[in-house]
Amino acid sequence: MNKQKLKAKIIKYFLQSCGSLSIIIVLLIFLFLFKEAIPFIGNPGIGELFHSVWNPVSFQKEEFGIYPLITGSVLVTLLATIIAIPFGIIGAVYISEIAAPKERELLKPFIEILAGIPSVVLGFFGLIVVAPFIKDLFGLNTGLTALTGAVLLAFMAIPTIMSISEDAIKSVPSAYKEASLALGASRLETIWKVVVPAALSGIVASVMLGMGRVVGETMAVMMVTGNSPVIGFNPFTSVRTMTATIAAEMGEVTIGSAHYSALFWVGIILMLMTFGLNLISYRVLKKYGISEKQ
Amino acid sequence: MRNVTVKLTLLLLVLLSFAAAGCSKKSKDNTQNNKSITIKGSDTMVHLMSTLAEAFMKKSPDIKVSVTGGGSGTGIAALINGTTDICSSSRDMQQKEIDEAKGKNVNPTEKTIAYDGIAIVINPDNPVKEVTLEQLKKIYTGAYTNWKELGGPDQPITALSRESNSGTYVFFQEHVLNKENYAPTVKLMPASSSIVQSVTSDKWSIGYVGLGYTKDAKVKVVPVKKDAAGSPVMPSHETVLNKTYPIARALYLYFNGEPADNNKAFLEYALSPEGQKIVEDTGYITLK
Repeated sequence: MNKQKLKAKIIKYFLQSCGSLSIIIVLLIFLFLFKEAIPFIGNPGIGELFHSVWNPVSFQKEEFGIYPLITGSVLVTLLATIIAIPFGIIGAVYISEIAAPKERELLKPFIEILAGIPSVVLGFFGLIVVAPFIKDLFGLNTGLTALTGAVLLAFMAIPTIMSISEDAIKSVPSAYKEASLALGASRLETIWKVVVPAALSGIVASVMLGMGRVVGETMAVMMVTGNSPVIGFNPFTSVRTMTATIAAEMGEVTIGSAHYSALFWVGIILMLMTFGLNLISYRVLKKYGISEKQ
Repeated sequence: MRNVTVKLTLLLLVLLSFAAAGCSKKSKDNTQNNKSITIKGSDTMVHLMSTLAEAFMKKSPDIKVSVTGGGSGTGIAALINGTTDICSSSRDMQQKEIDEAKGKNVNPTEKTIAYDGIAIVINPDNPVKEVTLEQLKKIYTGAYTNWKELGGPDQPITALSRESNSGTYVFFQEHVLNKENYAPTVKLMPASSSIVQSVTSDKWSIGYVGLGYTKDAKVKVVPVKKDAAGSPVMPSHETVLNKTYPIARALYLYFNGEPADNNKAFLEYALSPEGQKIVEDTGYITLK
């Protein structure tokens, strides 16, 4: 009897540690980020981060102002989300409510393939196909713009938004639909006024997760946005995102230099941003999530 | 509940000790072992280095050579941090870097193995025929923003550069921009091939790449004048060697101390007639 109790206890602890592993990893990553970033506070001083020039390699004065990097990431992420939302949600509605079973079987694997394309490949496609296309479409001088990056990132966010929204729409109880139809609403009215609002929590969560993927994406963005550290919210100019900055410059720095810790600060801010996104989606889920959670 | 906290702390401690063990081990692993050489650094040189390494391994099959790029800055940082045997670099080490190296007990030794000219490339449809160093400087520092100012049509200039981890970036900054900063509007491309690709598709862009990259590309190489009075010079073997082409540079290998054993064998191979033949075949300029 005692032996069995012990066994149960051991198993319980094992499962507990598996469950808490992700918390520990997150904590360790934060610890590590701060450990590497802290020397910057002493030299050259934390204030150096908060201005508008990022120029870490210079024969005169090295500057580590992160504003242009933040605006770059925010601009690309917002644009990508705006592009991805209609495609993602309407696609999800189509697949779960309108498409015939055979169509659905054809569409779903393709969405998954889109999700699985390596970002480098997408970036290459962007550089050779999307950038010249955007350049010609808007009569620009160059296709290396925030918009080009946003289009590529939207390709990445759409599968996430679509598949999670689809799950959410599917899990709306069919009694809702039946009631709506019985009251004389058309199919379209039922979808937009009953099914989608009922699945809203899942849809919002899918958008947030899509945004999370977009904020952290590096390779594709680095290849097509031109990477100029300029502050601005014009989608037709070139921007430099935080991820591209870390990826492009991390290899070059001497470990322990000011530039090195500055890049860690960029990493910390990036992580806080994704934290914020998760927090918002959590809040939204809690607010609207009553109907879905049984 | 208290039990959970205890377990969590224990697990954290175990993980931390793993991390600590990992850190201390890394620094010891870099001592050169007998059978392998790692070369890291310049993207400009990566094609040259890997061709050299292949030929070298054919001659001495018991030595393994692995070559990676990442940029001269990356290679130099690796040499300083002790994670590579040889660093390939397309620029001189800066005093700051030498000091950092000395601080970590690394004694960088420089050997020239080839030369390279930096070609200025524009789209074949662009009518501009030549540029001066001064004009290039003004384009990349943001003073010139229109081709009109170079005698071309009334079109805005899209200036393309490499990322700051590239040796070409720093060399260009030092020798063309006279150590001034690049304008923030200059677009930083992750690779020389992306610059060539963008110049091919964007009619009004300008970029700089190592001579090797212009070999089969659909871009126009513009001759460069040292000053307004000088005559325009195209980058070529002769003009780089006789120093009439103004934007040329040496390509270096850096070692920790005087090269010995395998490192020395590799250096000697690179400088041999056979190695220099490879330098020529890959589009760079031989020492003689």
